[in-house]
Amino acid sequence: MSAPPIARTDVTRHLRSVGAAREVGILLALLVVIALATIANPNFLFSADGWRDLFLTPSILAIVAVGQAIVIITRNVDLSVGSVLGLSAYLTGRLFIDLEGIPTSAVVVIVVAFGALLGLVNGVLVAFAKVPALVITLGTLYAYRGINVMWAGSDRVNASDLPRDFLALGTGKILFLPVLTLVALVVLVVAGWVLRNLRAGRELYAIGSDPAAAELYGLAVRRRLLAAFVLSGALAGLAGVLYAARYGTVSSQAGAGWELDAVGAAVIGGVAIFGGSGTVWGAALGAVLLMTINRALPILGIPDFWQRAVVGLLIIGAIVLDRVLAVRQKRSLLEAREND
Amino acid sequence: MATATTTATTPSARRYADHGRPAWRRVLLTQETAVVAMLVLVALVAASSVPGFGQPLTLTYLLLDVTPILLIALPMTLIIVTGEIDLSVASVVGLASVLTGVLTQAGVPFELAAAVALLAGAAGGALNGFLVTVVGLPSLAVTIGTLALFRGLAVGLLGTTAVTDFPERWTDLAKSRIGVSNVPTVTVLVVVLVLAFAVLLHFTRFGRGLYAIGLAKDAARFSGVRVERSKLVLFVLAGLVSALAGIYYTLRYGSARGDNATGMELQVIAAVLLGGVSIFGGRGALHGVVAGVLLIGVLASALRVAGITSDVINILTGALLVLSVVLSAALARTRTRRRAHAAAPPGTPTSTPTSDTAGTSTGTSTDTSTDTSTDGA
Repeated sequence: MSAPPIARTDVTRHLRSVGAAREVGILLALLVVIALATIANPNFLFSADGWRDLFLTPSILAIVAVGQAIVIITRNVDLSVGSVLGLSAYLTGRLFIDLEGIPTSAVVVIVVAFGALLGLVNGVLVAFAKVPALVITLGTLYAYRGINVMWAGSDRVNASDLPRDFLALGTGKILFLPVLTLVALVVLVVAGWVLRNLRAGRELYAIGSDPAAAELYGLAVRRRLLAAFVLSGALAGLAGVLYAARYGTVSSQAGAGWELDAVGAAVIGGVAIFGGSGTVWGAALGAVLLMTINRALPILGIPDFWQRAVVGLLIIGAIVLDRVLAVRQKRSLLEAREND
Repeated sequence: MATATTTATTPSARRYADHGRPAWRRVLLTQETAVVAMLVLVALVAASSVPGFGQPLTLTYLLLDVTPILLIALPMTLIIVTGEIDLSVASVVGLASVLTGVLTQAGVPFELAAAVALLAGAAGGALNGFLVTVVGLPSLAVTIGTLALFRGLAVGLLGTTAVTDFPERWTDLAKSRIGVSNVPTVTVLVVVLVLAFAVLLHFTRFGRGLYAIGLAKDAARFSGVRVERSKLVLFVLAGLVSALAGIYYTLRYGSARGDNATGMELQVIAAVLLGGVSIFGGRGALHGVVAGVLLIGVLASALRVAGITSDVINILTGALLVLSVVLSAALARTRTRRRAHAAAPPGTPTSTPTSDTAGTSTGTSTDTSTDTSTDGA
C-alpha cells in the first residue's frame, strides 16, 4: 500500500477534470448561444427584458431538472414530474380561489407538501413493490394527469383569480436577479451541497452505480429511494407554484411533456441515464441551455418550430460525448493500473 | 467491444416456464390469460350495462381508433423483449404524417409520398438502431433524443399549418368497412401484421433469439445469436411500422399536422406492459399485448359511449398499468420464494433473485431479497 495511493490520486484528479469539463463545456455552449443571439439582436442580452428573461425562463425547468437528476442518479427515472407540476399548479390556483385571503407562504407549504406526497406514492411503489421506476412513473404520469383533467375539466385558473402580490413574485426581482431565479439558485446550491458532501447524498451515487452492491454493503436503499422520489415530487410541486405565479393561467394541460424536457436537461447536463454519475449543477445548466436555445432560435432567423429538432440533436450529441469520454476514461484507468 | 464484456452478470433466478407444474396451470395462470380474461369481462360488462355500447358502429370506431396503437405495439413488444425501448415511435408517426402531407401538397402522387414516408420511417429507425448497437448507447437516452429530433423535424417542416387535401380514394379506404360487416378494411392489414409478428416472435429462430437477448445478452451472443443485428432489425421495423401507422393516422383524420399522435409512445408502452411483457426483457407474448391494447380501447370506448369524460381513461390506464406490474412482481416473488423453500434443504444457500442484467433497464432492481438469503442462516 505504499505506491498505489499516489497513482490513485493521479487518476482521481484526472477523473475529476473530466467531470468538470462537462459542466464547463455546457457553460461554453451556453455562452456561444448567448453571444450569437446578442450579435444578431443586442436586445437579447442588453435590454432589461432580455436580461430578465435570460434568467427567468429557465428557472422553473431547472428546479424540475434538479429533482429529476437526483432520481436519475439512483438509476431510476421520474416520468410523472410534468403531471405533478400541472396538478400542483392547479392546486395553487384553487387554494387562492377557494380560500380567499390565504397567505402565499401557506400556499407554498401546502403545494410543496402535496407534490412530496405525489412523489411518495411513486417512491413507495418503486422501493417496496420493486417495479422499475420507468413503468411506475409512466403509470402515475397518466393517473395524475387524469386526476388533474377530471378536477379542472375545461375550467382554468386565470391571472385575475390570483392575488396581485403572488403574481408579482413571478416577474419581480431582487437587486438584479428575478425572484424565481433566486429560488432556483437556492434549491440548486442546497441540493448540490447535499449530494456532494453529505452521507445521504453520496449514498445516492452508490445506489445508482450498483444497486445490488449498495444493498449488500448495508445501505438503506429503500429509504434513500423514497427520499429521492419525495424530493423530486416536492421540487415539481414547487415548480408548480412558480408556474402559476409566472404564467397566471393554469389549464389542465399545464406542464404536459415537461418530463421529457427535464430528462433531456439532465442528460445534456451529463447525468448518466443509468445512474451513478452527474451533478445537479450539470442538470440545471442543461435546463438553462435548452431554454436559452429555445429563445435564441427565432432571433437567429430559425423558426422556433425547429427548436425540438435542435434539442434532439443536443441530447444525442451529449450522450455520444458521454460515451466517448467513458471509453477514454476507462482506457486511462487501465493504463494507470498497468503502470503501477 | 471492450466495455461490454465486463457486464456479464448472471441473473441467477430467471423465470422459466415452470415445467414442474401441470400443463393447465402453466397455460391458464399467466399474465396474458389474466389480461385476456379482463378484456372479455370488461367487454361483457360494457355490452350489458352501457346502453349503446352493443351497437355495431361502436365496434367499427373502436377498431379504427386502436389501429395505430396496435400496429406500433407489435414491433415495440419485440424491442422490449430484448430489454431495449423505443420512445421515438410517436414522433415517427408525426414525421411520416407530415412528409406525406408536404409531398402531396407539392404535387407528388400520394402513393409515392407514402412510400417516401415509409422510407423515412425506416431510416429513422435505422438511426436509432445504429446509435444503440454500433455506438453502444442506452436506447432509453437515444430515443428520448430522437423523440425530440423527429418531432422537431415534423413541426419544423409544417409549422402550425395542416395539410388536409388527400385523394378521396385513400381517405375513404381508411374509414371503409368490409362489405356489409362492421369490421373496418384496415383491420385486415392489422390482422396480417399481427400474425406476421406473432410468427416472427414465437415461431422463428430470430424470435427465440430475442428472448435469449433479453434474458442474458452475453449468453445469447456466445450461443450464436446475432445480438447487434437483431436489435438493428427491430429498430428499423419499429420505424417502418410507425411510419405506416402515421400514414394511416393521416388518412383516418384527413389531416397531416406536426403534432399528430403526440404522446402516443406512452400509450403504446403502457399497453405493451399491461399485456404482460416484462420491461426487463425476456418475457412476454403477442396475444397478451393485443389483449392489452384492446382492453384499453374497449374501456375508452365504453366510457365515451356512457358519456363519462374520456379523461377518466387516463387514470384507469395508469392505475391498470401500475396494478398489473405490481401484482405480477409480487406474484413472481412469492412463487420463487415458495420454490426456494421447497427445493432447498435447510442450510444450503438458496439462489436469490438478483438484479437484472446491468445496463439494460432503467428501473431499480435491488432484488437481492434479504428474505430468501436469511433462510440459509
